Amino acid sequence: MNLYSIIEEIEKVDADVYERLSPRRNALKSFTSFGSKVAMAAIPLALGSVFKKAYGQTTSLSKVLDVFQFALTLEYLEADFYDKALNLNPLLVPSGAPRGAITTIYNHEAAHVKFLQDTIKQLGSTPGSKPVFNYIRNFPDVFTNYDTFLAVSQAFEDTGVRAYKGQAGNLMGFSAADVLTPALNIHSVEARHASHIRQMRKARGAAVKPWITGNDTGGIGAAVQAIYNGEDLDTQAGVKITGINGMSISSAAATEAFDEPLTKEQVLAIVTPFIA
Amino acid sequence: MEKLKNAEELVLAENRDRLLQAKVQRRSFLKYAGAGLAGIAVVAVGCDKGDNPDVISLGEDDTRILNYAYALEQLEAAFYIKVIDSTSNGLSADEVALFTSIRDHEIAHREFFKNALGKMAIKSLDVDFSSINFSSRDSIIDTAKAFEDLGVSAYNGAGRLIKNPDYLLLAGKIVSVEARHAALIRDLKSNGTFADSTIINAQGLDTSMSPEQVLAIAQKYLKTEIRF
Repeated sequence: MNLYSIIEEIEKVDADVYERLSPRRNALKSFTSFGSKVAMAAIPLALGSVFKKAYGQTTSLSKVLDVFQFALTLEYLEADFYDKALNLNPLLVPSGAPRGAITTIYNHEAAHVKFLQDTIKQLGSTPGSKPVFNYIRNFPDVFTNYDTFLAVSQAFEDTGVRAYKGQAGNLMGFSAADVLTPALNIHSVEARHASHIRQMRKARGAAVKPWITGNDTGGIGAAVQAIYNGEDLDTQAGVKITGINGMSISSAAATEAFDEPLTKEQVLAIVTPFIA
Repeated sequence: MEKLKNAEELVLAENRDRLLQAKVQRRSFLKYAGAGLAGIAVVAVGCDKGDNPDVISLGEDDTRILNYAYALEQLEAAFYIKVIDSTSNGLSADEVALFTSIRDHEIAHREFFKNALGKMAIKSLDVDFSSINFSSRDSIIDTAKAFEDLGVSAYNGAGRLIKNPDYLLLAGKIVSVEARHAALIRDLKSNGTFADSTIINAQGLDTSMSPEQVLAIAQKYLKTEIRF
């Protein structure tokens, strides 16, 4: 079997198959180096069939890249935020368990930045560069008041969960690679972060749980309400969850059991005030 | 054209390998090879005909994935119900409150899938919790941790198998709640381990497992055998 001539013949039938990947030589390099441990880190996506016509592709490379560039912006924001929290004011986050947790979270966000940059490159595009962020104009004491810092952390993490959730549909049915699974694998990590930050706030007296109850901000207030609006749904796909099938499920539990997406526009409205 | 035929064979060979690994039954294989559409007659969901009545199949396409999720939510709900019902579970009052909420979330998930599946829903599963000590906080926490991490991994791994974007969104709404649960349980076992290197890799990614991998683990807690 001559892989090169097969690829050539495919290109005759499906002319833009290689526009959806890096130039042919790189695409072949990806094929032949996939599976080797050295290559894995720089080639984060598992390549699937490059033959678009074998399946009905329901998204497009440009939509997929939009999602990853958008996600990258959010990860730049989070990584920058935690980096500043740990290093601008070393007294902000108490040493021990709190600092350990914030460091864990920061390391993940930095890893997400790199992962998304590598993914965008593997898909043949150029990652957007890191914006300059300004948190203090929105929350003047975010790096001097630990509770304000934790509140903004919670807000960012819960926003991240809702943002990824809102984009999953755009990553379905991309035949060149499984781009959905990596996004889901980041999305659940952000939810773990959110859960832990909420527990940290609860330990300091906030009326908050690891999950989102109704559209409650968990005691933070109006400044972050946009992040929690729409979380008070108690009906899913036409099925009312409160008291479902005679079970004693309160409306609080019903709203907690499902997290809700945000559209890209809604997320940008939340995040843009932090971009200098 | 000779060379084009080779390319088609390559695609089919790729598909065949993937399908054989997934142990797809012949009817589904024909579908993938283009011989049928998603609307073909769905296999009766339920008893595997001719076999042990306590072996069930989950159906086809998205029905299969939803029943898979329904099975896992049944397992989780049954576990947390038993935890809360066990008076000597060794949990603190605060922990009981948190576990009660988790129980209610899992019941909500379970009943949601039951209603969404309607006639296509599998039956109520017979669970096997003989390996769990419901009088031991450690046993409860370790089991809860395993179930929640498994649930996250299951939903993360099932996403790519879903065809209907509405179902993908619903799975997405649930998985982040399971991840919140998982983080909490891990912190109850050892504060700070909510997303440690035993579950998050160097790229900052959570785990995702295939249904076959998940069911192999879940089967330990089920008397009913599930065939994906």
